[in-house]
Amino acid sequence: MKKLVMVGNGMAGVRTIEEILKISQDQFEITIFGQEPYPNYNRIKLSNILQGDTSFEDIIINPLDWYKENNIQLFTGEAAERIDVEGKMIFTDKGRAVEYDELIIATGSNSFILPIPGADKKGVTGFRDIKDCEMMIKSAGEYKKAVVIGGGLLGLEAARGLLNLGMVVDVVHLMPDLMERQLDSVASAMLKKELEAQGMNFLMEKQTVEILGDERVTGLRFKDGSEIEADLVVMAIGIKSNTGFAKNSGIYVNRGIVVNDYMETSAPNVYAAGECAEHREIVYGLVAPLYEQGKVLAGRICGVDVAPYEGSVTGTQLKVAGVDLFSAGEIFEDETTKAIKVHNEFDGIYKKILIRNNLIVGVVLYGDTKDSTKLYRMLTKKEDVSGMTSISILQTECDAGGSDDVASMPNDELICGCNGVTKGAIVDAIQAKGLTTLDQVSHCTNAGRSCGRCKPMVSQILALTLGDKFDAAAAAKISLCGCTHLSRDEVVAEIKAKGLTSVKEVMNVLEWNNEEGCTKCRPALNYYLGMIYMDTYKDDRDSRLVNEKMHANIQKDGKYSVVPRMYGGVTTAADLKKIAEVAEKYDVPLVKLTGGQRIGLFGVKKEDLPSMWEELDMPSGYAYGKTLRTVKTCVGAQFCRYGTQDSMALGIELEKKFERLDTPHKVKMGVSACPRNCSEAGIKDIGFVGIDGGWEIYVAGNGGVDLRPGELLCTVKNQAEVMEMTGAYLQYYRETANYLERTSKWIDRVGLKHVQEVLANEETRKALNSRMDQTLQKYIEPWNEAIQSEEIQDKYYAKHTIMVGSEGK
Amino acid sequence: MISTITRIPVANYSNLKVRAGYSIKIDDKEIALFKLTNGEVYAIENRSPHPKGGVLTEGLVSGEYVFCPVYDWKISLTDGKVQAPDVGQVRTYQVEVDNDIVFIVI
Repeated sequence: MKKLVMVGNGMAGVRTIEEILKISQDQFEITIFGQEPYPNYNRIKLSNILQGDTSFEDIIINPLDWYKENNIQLFTGEAAERIDVEGKMIFTDKGRAVEYDELIIATGSNSFILPIPGADKKGVTGFRDIKDCEMMIKSAGEYKKAVVIGGGLLGLEAARGLLNLGMVVDVVHLMPDLMERQLDSVASAMLKKELEAQGMNFLMEKQTVEILGDERVTGLRFKDGSEIEADLVVMAIGIKSNTGFAKNSGIYVNRGIVVNDYMETSAPNVYAAGECAEHREIVYGLVAPLYEQGKVLAGRICGVDVAPYEGSVTGTQLKVAGVDLFSAGEIFEDETTKAIKVHNEFDGIYKKILIRNNLIVGVVLYGDTKDSTKLYRMLTKKEDVSGMTSISILQTECDAGGSDDVASMPNDELICGCNGVTKGAIVDAIQAKGLTTLDQVSHCTNAGRSCGRCKPMVSQILALTLGDKFDAAAAAKISLCGCTHLSRDEVVAEIKAKGLTSVKEVMNVLEWNNEEGCTKCRPALNYYLGMIYMDTYKDDRDSRLVNEKMHANIQKDGKYSVVPRMYGGVTTAADLKKIAEVAEKYDVPLVKLTGGQRIGLFGVKKEDLPSMWEELDMPSGYAYGKTLRTVKTCVGAQFCRYGTQDSMALGIELEKKFERLDTPHKVKMGVSACPRNCSEAGIKDIGFVGIDGGWEIYVAGNGGVDLRPGELLCTVKNQAEVMEMTGAYLQYYRETANYLERTSKWIDRVGLKHVQEVLANEETRKALNSRMDQTLQKYIEPWNEAIQSEEIQDKYYAKHTIMVGSEGK
Repeated sequence: MISTITRIPVANYSNLKVRAGYSIKIDDKEIALFKLTNGEVYAIENRSPHPKGGVLTEGLVSGEYVFCPVYDWKISLTDGKVQAPDVGQVRTYQVEVDNDIVFIVI
């Protein structure tokens, strides 16, 4: 096997290795040196880390296991120092010498740090890697005032992040316009105004000449003699290719390591790609061209016929601090160009298209970028626009003309920008897997699963691909899952009509295409059966997902957490003692108060669960289930001087009545004794607020992913009426919601008014409550059941781990 | 590279419950063993290739697939491949059943 060594462990380099592995798994023995102590991560997302949207783990592209699986030897925290081009060896700063047959240099770039006095002071940084990010986050905790030098994309993202971290931020820019390489003056001014509204302060046309301070930075001085204060200075003025090591080894370097159209450097068997490479006098800093280079390089190294790399026209789709921008090709008008411009000041939208000799040569879009795909294609493919009106140039395909445009679209055109799905991928999936609905296409390809804006286009592709077989009504239907073409309502109707009584029977009789179902249909069917056959259905424990099956929450390492019931958040000294003793005895790594007013024991081994439950001798808190979670209460009239009602007593009564009930999704409740609402009843599935002479009942609140305030369902006079209304409401939700539909989404779908009308009828309320009561009879305490039953213990909680030492060593 | 092949007895076939996962540690490897409804036994690495991981022994088994219990990725037990739209692969191990004894071949 030939030895392939790569210096650099970043996005461009590792993508090249992935391309090589796609062509051939066993052509090379691969070694990678990375200077940073991490596996390959998504550098573009660094600003999200700074802005607090994401964590480092989330931006790792290739985890260490990927290197292991592909037999790649990875040395992190180790930099290459010198290449012996003749002897085909590289030497590292740790004294390692490694032979190679082929060598890829993908060392990327560093932040360009201004060569001015004081640039080496503490508190001055670039914005390039995890280390910079960590330093900035740390500074934000200790200091107040940040200055970002550079009003380009990177600088503005850094500034937005520092604002999020609570710092006061000045942005210093040398030029009169922000992002002048991507935007013209009009778009740039719009962006500046928006960012000023977000709290950034701009100092334009200022050249920094000195960084002030003793050991740590205290301020900046500009060329015009003025000064400003700064506790932190971030330089985001550009990149500098990391070429020192190639240069020292006698490889030809200009601004970057100079490569030809096959990414070959001046030395034999040595290649370069990414931000360290200079191709036809351009060093690219965006990810798309780097990936194109990687593809060409991989083909070249593997000896496959590839088209040469001829440079990239870069189209930049950006989102800066919540503003959508797109820019490609030329930006400024000259006497040979003609421009089409739209400037809608009211909606904050600006579009400019530059045309020369009937060809689009430049695009700038601000605020609305949905035409970008089409315009970029017209630009790169050099489509003649002479026959088109300016309106049709500016209109997106789905508005303009329907499926003819979809038909003429090339296969590599991006349909779903969120998930990177092309037209070709959608057509292939439809043909290879016989898909007929939009829902199926989304499941198979991810298209339309994020923002959903591309769904009309996906639907057109579906119609086009299926031709005569396309059935529009059927295509829009949402089936329960990929195992069946039936929708939720059809399945429920069939169960009732045919008297089907088990998950297995439903799947058999209704001709599931997968006889053992999947994680979507099996829990749903188990729920619907339990809802229909209130107290006679025998629950199918193995159709429940892990948490409900185990009656504990699984954690990422396969351990579990235990949360005992604490009705209304009220406990006793005796219960606290028991919890403390169990936590100590079983060495529980984390004891924490949960959001629902109780105590969680985290990091418990599966095989310890039954004995812990036995010693706790408390009911399960169902912190894991699609069921009533907790009823959060305030102290209320018993002790609080503001309380008008006994919130604890109501909370406890509600929790005791409805605990263990299966519901379509989890249900949370809160009870407050006065409108000050200490139990946050306004963001619960059902919230109760005590007022003089009664209770207000709020429904469909949500404090989670889709934050939504609750709406007033009704006002009732006493605790008995609360129980009656709550029972009827919950049962109506149970009978009409889709499985995994929270009450907030359900109300949005069926309408609050409709539910109020249904519940206004006393007969209906009575019938709903009677079905609720019948259902509630069937439940038994699951932890106690597990303690009593050897069969359950053996099947679900026995430790099956078999420790074996291999004899082969 | 010199590699040795080892056959390690890990379970009694008749004791394995259908569609339940068993975790087996061999050296530093953690392996998930499953017996399917059709009687076949498969062994794969006990870790979902999702970047945030998750053990597979606790997952729901359907036909020749197991669903990762933490992120719901569908993984083939026969070749370890993650099913579309997600991508990835877990290592598979050869299993032999001989006189009611289940062996994993490494």
